[in-house]
Amino acid sequence: MADGFVRQLTVFIENRVGTLEEVAKVLKDNEINIYSISLADTSEYGLLRMIVSDPDKGSKILKESGFSARTTDVVAVRLENKVGTLASLFGTLSEAGIGIEYMYAMATSVVGAMILKTSDGAKAVEVLKAAGFGLLDEPGMFDLK
Amino acid sequence: MIWNETKECMSRDEMTALQSARLVKQVNHVYHNVEFYRKKMQELGLEPGDITGLDDIEKLPFTTKADLRDNYPFGLFAVPKSEIVRIHASSGTTGKATVVGYTRRDLDTWSESVARCITMAGLGRDDTIQVAYGYGLFTGGLGAHYGAECVGATVVPQSTGNTKKLVTMMVDFGVTGIMCTPSYLLHIAEVVKEMGVESEIKLKSAICGAEPWTEKMRLQIEEQLHISAHDIYGLSETMGPGVACDCQYHNGLHIWEDYYLPEIVDKDTFKHVPDGETGELVLTNLQKEGMPLIRYRTKDLTSITHEKCECGRTSARISRFKGRTDDMLIIRGVNVFPSQIETALLEAGGVTPQYQIIVDRVNNLDTLEVLVEMDESSFSDEVKEIEALNKRVAHAIQQMIGLAVKVKLVAPKTLERSMGKAVRVIDNRKFD
Repeated sequence: MADGFVRQLTVFIENRVGTLEEVAKVLKDNEINIYSISLADTSEYGLLRMIVSDPDKGSKILKESGFSARTTDVVAVRLENKVGTLASLFGTLSEAGIGIEYMYAMATSVVGAMILKTSDGAKAVEVLKAAGFGLLDEPGMFDLK
Repeated sequence: MIWNETKECMSRDEMTALQSARLVKQVNHVYHNVEFYRKKMQELGLEPGDITGLDDIEKLPFTTKADLRDNYPFGLFAVPKSEIVRIHASSGTTGKATVVGYTRRDLDTWSESVARCITMAGLGRDDTIQVAYGYGLFTGGLGAHYGAECVGATVVPQSTGNTKKLVTMMVDFGVTGIMCTPSYLLHIAEVVKEMGVESEIKLKSAICGAEPWTEKMRLQIEEQLHISAHDIYGLSETMGPGVACDCQYHNGLHIWEDYYLPEIVDKDTFKHVPDGETGELVLTNLQKEGMPLIRYRTKDLTSITHEKCECGRTSARISRFKGRTDDMLIIRGVNVFPSQIETALLEAGGVTPQYQIIVDRVNNLDTLEVLVEMDESSFSDEVKEIEALNKRVAHAIQQMIGLAVKVKLVAPKTLERSMGKAVRVIDNRKFD
């Protein structure tokens, strides 16, 4: 995307054994690779959030398969495997008055990152870039070598 | 456009005179030909001669659904069976089916009733009408069919079944009018969207009935499909669809009083209530021969007005139904109509009108859970937004019915779709 954002795929998960398997199978059958995944739970349902190789295609085929799916712009911040990296990231955002709605980590053999949805995406991109953080906004950046 | 100006725009004086004459004739007809009515009148010390006009109507006994069941199958026929050319039956949720019979003239009266409704919806001989009510013993399919044929439209007897086929034919045949239940129409709209043929549809009018629906739902259908949507009323006991329908002003349903004499009675005292007040709709067949009913209690709650409508018709108008006296739920002592929940959902926004009400009793306390499908556009990636939607919907329902309910948001397209009457309420309570 190259504007600082990466497209996340969100899927509504009914509280039923087997639902996650169905989602994974749909993605598998359509050659879509999952780089990062997180499951938010409530008493009634779950929200599955993923960074995948083709989010638009993923959203389309999941909808066709009867799931409720959508794509959202989130930020993938490259993280160094070093003590204090997160403190620095969170500090940069809080000083700019930006809140974090949710987040989950991602690590492939080439890169480690934090996937974030913030209260002000555009501002977050600006602020993080200015502070020298690398933003992963091309799916090719996640691939295993 | 008006199908029968003479009858639909008759002056009130002419109408009441006509009704009086027909009522007298009908009372004579049933007294002499239907044992059930003769006995009932004799029990009340009544003779046909005691009924001289409309003013005597309150002397006559009521008829209920139980009477139809008790006289299954042909006990209420007023003519020899050889003169009955059609039988219809409604399934009924408890016990025996309700059977009705029609003479050839009755079928003409029925077609005329429906023709008036179809014309009212802006459709006529140059239109192609798809009838998507079930064909068979149910009066919906054949009733709509004969009415559409009567106006001279090109009729497509689609029935219910394969919706994709229906949509394909809707496009290929240039269908301009459709007759089906409102819940089925919403499903058809979904399939149209899925098939990507929205721009190829030439639909201009829909005539929906056979189940209750709110004004908000009617407006939503109009907006979504860019058509005019009309509410048609009928019941097999007094004929079938076509007893009443709303015109382009959508300000009540015009009832064909020259055929179906309407009364609004208090649901407990059974006395007439003034115009504008809600009560139970009672109907008397003025023109039916085969199986006419006298003062049939429909259990539908409505109000009536005799003021002339902007469309030019003078026929009385009944308001949109407020519910039935028997689909009312009593939850923790509070009267709740499913239609109230529907209105609340549409007011809250962010959800579709696809819902189901589950009633249960837990620890001796009634519980009400409303399952409702989220709108595609309101499905969020944030739990807090879905929770906020849930709260807003629950609040809207609570404001409407005065009871706190549990709302469960479900994914779009997960609730069972109906082709006929949608099952809105599942009552799991066992009353012993």
